[in-house]
Amino acid sequence: MKAATVKTASITAAAEKRTTGKWGRMWKDRTLYLMIIPGLLFFVIFKYLPMGGIVIAFQDYKPYEGLMKSEWVGFEHFERLFSEPDFLIILSNTLILFAMNLLFFFPIPIILALMLNEVRHSFFKRFVQTVVYIPHFMSWVIIVSISFIMLSMDRGLINELLAWMGFEKINFLMSNEWFRPMYVLQIIWREAGWGTIIYLAAMAAIDPQLYEAARMDGANRLRQIWHITLPSIRSVIIVLLILKIGDVLELGFEHIFLLLNSMNQEVAEIFDTYVYTAGLKQGEYSFSTAVGFFKSIVGLVLIMGANWIAKKAGEDGVY
Amino acid sequence: MLQDKSIGGRLFDAVNYTLLFILSAITILPFIHVIAGSFTTVGELARKQFVIIPTVWSLEAYKFIFSTDVIFKALSVSVGVTLFGTLFSMLLTALMAYGLSKPHLLGRSAIMFIVVFTMLFNGGLIPSFLVVKEMGLIDSYAALVVPTAINAFNLIIMRNFFQNLPDGLEESAKIDGAGYWGIFTKIVIPLSIPAVATISLFYAVTYWNTYLPAILYLDDAAKWPVQVILRQIVVLASGLAGDTSDFGNDYVAPPAQTIKMAVIVVATVPILIVYPFLQKHFAKGALIGSIKG
Repeated sequence: MKAATVKTASITAAAEKRTTGKWGRMWKDRTLYLMIIPGLLFFVIFKYLPMGGIVIAFQDYKPYEGLMKSEWVGFEHFERLFSEPDFLIILSNTLILFAMNLLFFFPIPIILALMLNEVRHSFFKRFVQTVVYIPHFMSWVIIVSISFIMLSMDRGLINELLAWMGFEKINFLMSNEWFRPMYVLQIIWREAGWGTIIYLAAMAAIDPQLYEAARMDGANRLRQIWHITLPSIRSVIIVLLILKIGDVLELGFEHIFLLLNSMNQEVAEIFDTYVYTAGLKQGEYSFSTAVGFFKSIVGLVLIMGANWIAKKAGEDGVY
Repeated sequence: MLQDKSIGGRLFDAVNYTLLFILSAITILPFIHVIAGSFTTVGELARKQFVIIPTVWSLEAYKFIFSTDVIFKALSVSVGVTLFGTLFSMLLTALMAYGLSKPHLLGRSAIMFIVVFTMLFNGGLIPSFLVVKEMGLIDSYAALVVPTAINAFNLIIMRNFFQNLPDGLEESAKIDGAGYWGIFTKIVIPLSIPAVATISLFYAVTYWNTYLPAILYLDDAAKWPVQVILRQIVVLASGLAGDTSDFGNDYVAPPAQTIKMAVIVVATVPILIVYPFLQKHFAKGALIGSIKG
């Protein structure tokens, strides 16, 4: 009996010893690794293989020759991109849309959240939240379709309204001037409400005593918002701003692809749509990969830069 | 916070409530207009312009869109992709998230880095397209699911949720001799129903709304999901898009407003049905904790 116990103990000790080594520990966790593998395979195949595929930007890739046999051409495609007359147009379209996004969209969820945060009747608050979150769950096709129905020249509601008020009808869908406002308004319609969630959560964590103290000092509601609510959500605003800047070149391919037509191409063409047309429609795989790579690199540099600046300024940063 | 009874406070509330009410109305009225318009006649819509509650009810638009099997086929593709896609995504996401939720796991931070890096940098459209093509997925329904199976953001939310579950239950199961697989299926998943439901709904909405993968990977129009058909009928027909090369279909005149509206409603209704469930869960903060994670 006693001997048996001793024996078991020594076996356990041996097992313990085996499991303390690196390989032993991994063997013990083999089930966990098996659970991770399918997902990891997904990331390797559909995220990292394409990253490796970027090498074709430095080749003259021909589908029938494959990755191994295609000729290497160095930076030829990049040189072509920078000398392409369209390059400056696309770059400025991208930057203008980004600036509009930052200027006209970014503050709106903050303002909306501040307004919602001041609502004391929880029923009304829930009602507004329920309504403004809805568009976020609609596809861009639905958002753009409804906009088109409202804006069309042929019995579109907005144009009928303009005509009724004595103005001339406007061909919103095929004009250069209206593309950018339409783009930003659609983003506001779809995302402004959803964007409030994070700010509202941050506001819920503010200590109520701060407001009480401010009231004692005679601060009115606007001053309370300015001196307490806004400073309290500052770090959240900065984090979201960094993330937004990192997205400078991710202007929503799904969205713009739907709005783009031959009449507004001059202002609506961005890197993504250009890559689609050059790559998939005209079959210039290597050149369009170079364009996409250029875009990704700029995005990565921007987000790292914004993060670095935020950290220098004494904020947390994201990464 | 206490009620603010001062005159300034009341004025502030009045302005604030009014503005919020107007904003809500602007947000929701286009949807209501489209739904109402789809249930009336072309004549009524032309006469009244802005319909909120139709005086003449009609199902003619719906009869028309279901008179051929195009919409019906597209809807069944969308339903199938949504069901299988959600199941597949959830399986991969939950398994991987559980594995990554164990802090002692060797290589965990390296794998997390592999995941997070894909949120910062990607290979781009063309290399991704070539990978999908090399995998032989072009013109298969799998192309709508497999290349987007895991959303890194959802994976991280799920992992954080698992990580925050109390250790005690798992420990006692381990003493009873259960392995990780047993703990995962018998304890962790049943405890995580709210998180699993939320993430499933997010995946389901994404799959229902999918259109770009279909345009990129499906040349065969018979396999298109409903969003692509909606784009054909509404966006391309009214936008006179320059990209007419994939216009390949059979209608001649631009379809009547009521028909466009009916197609929009058909593509929207499933979202509106799950919306109350979505709302119940996402507000609970499954999302919020992870933003800075």
